[in-house]
Amino acid sequence: MTTLKIPTPLRYYTDGQAEVTVNGPDVATAMRNLVEQYPTLEQHLYNGHGDLRNFVNLFLGENNIKDLQGLETPLNEGDTLRLIPSIAGGSDDFSRRRLKSLLQKLRRNTCSPD
Amino acid sequence: MSLHGTTMTLIISLDLLAQVHAHGEDAYPEEGAGFLLGSEEGGQRTVTQLFLTGNAREDEARHNRYLVTPENYLKAETTADSLGLSLIGVFHSHPDHPNRPSEFDREWAQPFFSYVITSINEGKAFESRSWRLADDRSKFEEERIISR
Repeated sequence: MTTLKIPTPLRYYTDGQAEVTVNGPDVATAMRNLVEQYPTLEQHLYNGHGDLRNFVNLFLGENNIKDLQGLETPLNEGDTLRLIPSIAGGSDDFSRRRLKSLLQKLRRNTCSPD
Repeated sequence: MSLHGTTMTLIISLDLLAQVHAHGEDAYPEEGAGFLLGSEEGGQRTVTQLFLTGNAREDEARHNRYLVTPENYLKAETTADSLGLSLIGVFHSHPDHPNRPSEFDREWAQPFFSYVITSINEGKAFESRSWRLADDRSKFEEERIISR
């Protein structure tokens, strides 16, 4: 059994629990076990292809599993796994204002006097 | 403006909202971000403290992208716990861009969180709006901001 620490935004889907117990010999199996226990979590953790979403980071102790064996990282009895989301976002590439600014720049360059 | 059958509202003081705006102006022309700490009762959230973070994206992407590292996320959550508060959301700025969530915002959004987005137009904060991700992740729904 592994203890999995749940970040605040996902606790709504684990009945408010900040940590849950998951089973599995490796991280991939343990994560599947998590969504078997709490099915409404699945859409937030996995994309339509069955892969973990980009923002999911998993730490075994102090180590990001990306620096270990990824999802195949073995888990031992009593391990603690921590799920930490990357918080990210941003505006669209082009806004009307940016487009206007680019057009003004272009006009300056093409209409400048000789 | 309802999620799980409740009316969504975010209450934030004028002072804290001014700090959100100032953070966006300081970061301009890049995006700035941070966390909202507070409490929730019946769909109504109250922000009582901010946790400012840096933008961890690479230099050339910061004008339209922000990233908070897992380490900073953990610091924010630990800070909230130590104060008896909860992480209730994230704020970020859209330099020279409307304060509506982008498709990229939706792809990376966490459920539950309130996402306050501030338009920064030519270096000056214009307006903030707040959004929550729908349960099926298909869209954001706006929540009312009450600032007083």
